[in-house]
Amino acid sequence: MSNPTNAAATGSLERSAFQNPLQAHIVAMAAIIASIAVIAGALALLIFVRPSAAAQATASGKPDQAASAERGKKLFVSYGCYECHGRAAQGGVGPRLGPDPLPLAFVEKYVRHPTASMPPYTTKTVSDQELADIYAYLKSLPQPPKENSIPLLSQ
Amino acid sequence: MAKAKKTSVDRRDFLKSATVGAAALAATPVAAANAVAGPKPAPAPRNAAAPLPPVSRRVEGEAAAAAANPDPNNEPITVDHPGSDFMVDAFKAVGFEYLCSNPGNSFRSLHESFINYGGNKNPEFITCCHEESAVGMAHGYFKIEGKPLLVCVHGTVGVQHASMAIYDAYCDRVPLVVVLGNFGDAQTRASFVNWTHSAQDPAALIRDFVKWDDQPATLQDFGESVMRAYRVAMTPPYMPVALVCNTDLQEFPMPDDPSLRIPAVTVDQPPQADSGSVEQAARWLVAAENPVIVADRAARTAAGLALMIELAEALQAAVVDRNGRMNFPTRHPLNQTERGGAVIGDADVILGLELTDFYGIVNAYYGDVYPRTRQLTKPGAKLISINSNDLYLKSNYQDFERYQAVDLAMAADAEATLPSLIEAVKKLTTADRKRAFQDRGTTLAAAHQRTLAENRGLAANGWDASPISTARLSAEIWNQIRNEDWSLVSNCQFVSRWPLRLWNFEKYYHYIGGEGGYGVGYGAPAAVGAALANRRHGRLTVSIQNDGDLMFAPGVLWTAAHSHIPLLIVMHNNRAYHQEVMEVQRMADVHERGITRAGIGTTLVEPAIDYGKLAQSMGMHGSAPVSDPQDLAPALREAIAVVKSGEPALVNVLTQPR
Ligand code: HEC
Repeated sequence: MSNPTNAAATGSLERSAFQNPLQAHIVAMAAIIASIAVIAGALALLIFVRPSAAAQATASGKPDQAASAERGKKLFVSYGCYECHGRAAQGGVGPRLGPDPLPLAFVEKYVRHPTASMPPYTTKTVSDQELADIYAYLKSLPQPPKENSIPLLSQ
Repeated sequence: MAKAKKTSVDRRDFLKSATVGAAALAATPVAAANAVAGPKPAPAPRNAAAPLPPVSRRVEGEAAAAAANPDPNNEPITVDHPGSDFMVDAFKAVGFEYLCSNPGNSFRSLHESFINYGGNKNPEFITCCHEESAVGMAHGYFKIEGKPLLVCVHGTVGVQHASMAIYDAYCDRVPLVVVLGNFGDAQTRASFVNWTHSAQDPAALIRDFVKWDDQPATLQDFGESVMRAYRVAMTPPYMPVALVCNTDLQEFPMPDDPSLRIPAVTVDQPPQADSGSVEQAARWLVAAENPVIVADRAARTAAGLALMIELAEALQAAVVDRNGRMNFPTRHPLNQTERGGAVIGDADVILGLELTDFYGIVNAYYGDVYPRTRQLTKPGAKLISINSNDLYLKSNYQDFERYQAVDLAMAADAEATLPSLIEAVKKLTTADRKRAFQDRGTTLAAAHQRTLAENRGLAANGWDASPISTARLSAEIWNQIRNEDWSLVSNCQFVSRWPLRLWNFEKYYHYIGGEGGYGVGYGAPAAVGAALANRRHGRLTVSIQNDGDLMFAPGVLWTAAHSHIPLLIVMHNNRAYHQEVMEVQRMADVHERGITRAGIGTTLVEPAIDYGKLAQSMGMHGSAPVSDPQDLAPALREAIAVVKSGEPALVNVLTQPR
């Protein structure tokens, strides 16, 4: 039945032999978006420092209530993000997403129109409000313990 | 078939000669290799009735009917030294340690000969609960022991059950000898069931994914076919082979033929690449600034692993292990597997060794319904291939993967070619190049360390999550086995490769790769088969077992318990055919609807499957479900104690998806 050679499959055995082959490209894109945003000033700060406020500030069709990490946590599971990114967003077939997610503007752009092997979540299936909620959840994740504080990870 | 050569004998004469022949045989035991199989009783079919009258006479009257229904008191009812004894001698001459089988009456005589005439030793009968389990066990066994096992199946329903597992072994280039029992002669099918369990050409079903098959007509043919089967299977590229074994040949007495012999087994030397091409490859590799060695099934044996290290160190070249076999130590400073994309992108020469998919190494796919590819290599990067797969291709199944043009292709066995390649590289390495190699080695070693640290950092994410993260699962197992002589016998792809990212794999038996054909159902039997091979070496065998895979044929747990095969099974119980959850999710996302419904048809929940109880029901240790990471270490400790006492044990861990 199963054919993990297919894209979403197996971490490194995805569409290409290597884990997230276009990952470097994606991260670079995120960095560019982030730096443009920094130049953009106040609005950028709203987006990147206070995503919920940014969500409120958007126009019609955009989130109209404060982003909720609690709702986001549920959506992260019910919309299947966990399948590829792990229930704790720790990573799996797709990369780790939080805490400290990439900037919201990038996440919105990427989730709507991924450029590698992630499937698209368009506005038809995930509203901007819901995406903001998911983003709030990613931001709310606790920091993982430092690896050198875990003896099992140094052997 | 066999019957065609038989002369019809009077039943009374047959009985007499059979008795005499048996006495003679008892005094002349059939020796194993090169043996003359002793004087044999005259051949006679089992129901050696007088020749039937032509139909026109038979339908005529009672006299004719009486002739067709002879006196049962005069029927032959015993057989001394059936042909299957000779077959057992032939198999013993090759030297199979085990026979994995689910019993079937189309090979009942062979079965009986194995256990009585052959003393149930070399091969010893391993009772399997499914033909897929039998083949899967042989598959896993080979990758540890380097020797094929024998598998017996019904030539019809049995081989239908076995076929997926044979396909996996074929794709994984693993040899095994499958015997297909068959009632070839319609006249000796003693029941209606035997008709449904008969075929004209039983091997047709699997011919697309075995390297060779045969249906020997006589015992002499059979002896020679066994030798040829072994030889063909064991010449790289290794693959399964099949022998059809008709019941008449098994069950009738051996013919009285003093020339009946079992030839000696011959094994071919694996094919090496020609010296000119090897020299050319060495020249490119030595001159390269960033050579990369990519290996998939390069190391066929432990010696191959040592050669891989020697070549990499001679060049101080980056190695990317595709992990079809244990090709390269995970903690070797030249191992760049976890940053494979980066080194491929920098490479000016790539040496591909026994790659299943060279195209996928130098290109990346993206997109889903409309897949596109992007070249990963720099323009001008030279590609060299050494691949025994190029020596033997079949048409129907597409496991040969996408076509990739290369600059130098050697259709040869990589392991056999490595010694001459290493020699050529060393000869061409000047002092200048050596200095450059050393600098390169230092840079790669630093990158290796950085990647390991990164992976450890990533493993800390979700460390305390419940269900348990696959990184935590892997780290907890590693903590308890790293000071043992361990062997991991499951595919790491399904746990995000965490063991390969975190553990110190260095010995050949530390890892055995995966399914080959990605046919689910391989995992559990292959692990049991590998553990069977590891048992004699006293190794602690560990399998991280996918739940969906186990549910295909969980009876193999019983085989592990019944045959006292020590094996630690740690369930990666993500409660789904998770690959398919993601595939259906992809489609829902792409079709922009119903994105919450990917679990329909793909998940194994409600009721939850209690794998601990399943194991217990098969007579082995099974833990309660473990979902809190704090509980994992004690559960593992308890199970490892059971495994060390020589029995299998299962720990049921509720895990994150990947
Ligand atoms: C079928 C698998 C799959 C699903 C489902 C999925 N993703 Fe992804 N995601 C990936 C993969 C793989 C990547 C890596 C880039 C790529 O290949 O597109 C990725 C990348 C991302 C990125 C970019 C992060 C980075 O570091 O590059 C974000 C953000 C993201 N996913 C968010 C989500 C969210 C939110 C959801 C649920 C609404 C989701 N993903 C569902 C597979 C998936």
